[in-house]
Amino acid sequence: MTRIEMTVDGARVSDDVEPRMLLVHYLREKLGKTGTLVGCDTSNCGACTVHLDGHSVKSCNVLAVQAAGHEVTTIEGLAQGGDLHPVQEAFHDCHALQCGYCTPGMIMQSVDLLNDNPHPTEEEVRLGLEGNLCRCTGYHNIVKAVLQAAGGASS
Amino acid sequence: MIPAQFEYLAPTTVEEALSALAQHGDDAKIMAGGQSLLPVMRMRLNAPDYVIDLGGIDSLRGIREEGDTIVVGAMTRHVDVGNDPLLAEHAALISRAVVHLADPQVRHRGTFGGALAHADPAGDLGGPALALGAQFVVTGPGGSRTVAADDFFEDLFTTAVGDDEILTEVRIPKHTGWGAHYEKFVRVAHQWSIVAVGATVRMDGGTIAEARIGLTNMGSTPLRARAVEDALVGQPATEDAVGEAAQSAAEGTNPPSDLNGDADYRRHLATVLTRRAVLAAAQP
Ligand SMILES: Cc1cc2nc3c(=O)[nH]c(=O)nc-3n(C[C@H](O)[C@H](O)[C@H](O)COP(=O)(O)OP(=O)(O)OC[C@H]3O[C@@H](n4cnc5c(N)ncnc54)[C@H](O)[C@@H]3O)c2cc1C
Ligand code: FES
Ligand code: FES
Repeated sequence: MTRIEMTVDGARVSDDVEPRMLLVHYLREKLGKTGTLVGCDTSNCGACTVHLDGHSVKSCNVLAVQAAGHEVTTIEGLAQGGDLHPVQEAFHDCHALQCGYCTPGMIMQSVDLLNDNPHPTEEEVRLGLEGNLCRCTGYHNIVKAVLQAAGGASS
Repeated sequence: MIPAQFEYLAPTTVEEALSALAQHGDDAKIMAGGQSLLPVMRMRLNAPDYVIDLGGIDSLRGIREEGDTIVVGAMTRHVDVGNDPLLAEHAALISRAVVHLADPQVRHRGTFGGALAHADPAGDLGGPALALGAQFVVTGPGGSRTVAADDFFEDLFTTAVGDDEILTEVRIPKHTGWGAHYEKFVRVAHQWSIVAVGATVRMDGGTIAEARIGLTNMGSTPLRARAVEDALVGQPATEDAVGEAAQSAAEGTNPPSDLNGDADYRRHLATVLTRRAVLAAAQP
């Protein structure tokens, strides 16, 4: 067992974990943060996307011990004081989901994308979300939601 | 699945990492960004007893200028390579290629050295590093040695890095003012290259003065399209002249056949992508 300490959604946490524990399992099984989902076994789908020190990562492809000493934000840490994050709001407005399985990862990646590039083109949104798979929507409303959150499409 | 049990070692210096490697030998595996290693461990294709994480070794991270060379630390993340102004100015082919590698989340964790040491023949950095004549600095118990790009890639997933060694930095000769383009052919988003071609050219007016071309996934290692490089010298950057030279892009290659395409299809792709990459690189 290895002792780890980190900040998750603003709270300090510490635990003894096996080094082989993946960050996504730590979040879900130890901390009960089941908002972050596991969609694949190959690090392809992006459902598990969280922010590590402010940048998106696939939490199924990071060990919990690698996140020790760092700051993690999950989908559950995005809303502030009961208000949805603008990207969450936009996904709701644009009906950017059907089953919702990909949604936490899509939103976390979209927030990262907009942090880097606040006024993306449609093409840039599609490229920026290439690590996130959605089996329901055909992506169209997801792209629309990200553009809406950015304040409209830039040309 | 989750990886098999292992002991986690987090050295903070290269010396500590090397002594852990020396102590545990075959039972240990180096971890850089973990973006290739963790999936392999989760599928239990590899189950090391010790994982030596290089993530805490600050000296392995960063990009600097040394005379005619840009030096990239092995642990520099793909995202930082892609955003680096020195590389954009002096080794643009690297900047152009790395943004096509995987997806943003993977580029936030994966490293330059990890990708090159992993040596997947479909990896997007090997061809460009080879084309630019990179030098690989490998450090072991007896100190550091430098391996030329032509000698670094030995076979599928096999490089000149020994079992007791670590790739510490990659030295890239400056190609200031050279145009560059990376043309990657895939069927779906964030796929590994079916074939890709990286081209960088030095123009003299409308004429190609020098060209370097690296091929991705056209054999068990990255390859140079030397016949095309030679044929391009002194040619105008026109569709006809470049298309003619690009005809020999598949010369001396040994591409795989798989579900994405057979070897002949890849040979054809190499000629088409080489033409496109060179024409784009030659744009003023
Ligand atoms: C979904 C997904 C898609 C991807 N798509 C692409 C793609 O399109 N193109 C592409 O090129 N790559 C792709 N990759 C792989 C990506 O480039 C990885 O970042 C890279 O292959 C490995 O880098 P890493 O730093 O994560 O290394 P790790 O996974 O930590 O290590 C990889 C291997 O190299 C060894 N190693 C690492 N660093 C060193 C060192 N300094 N010295 C000696 N040995 C070392 C390790 O022991 C291990 O065997 C993809 C990965 C994923 C998960
Ligand atoms: S669960 Fe992490 S990428 Fe699919
Ligand atoms: S809404 Fe079902 S996977 Fe995206």
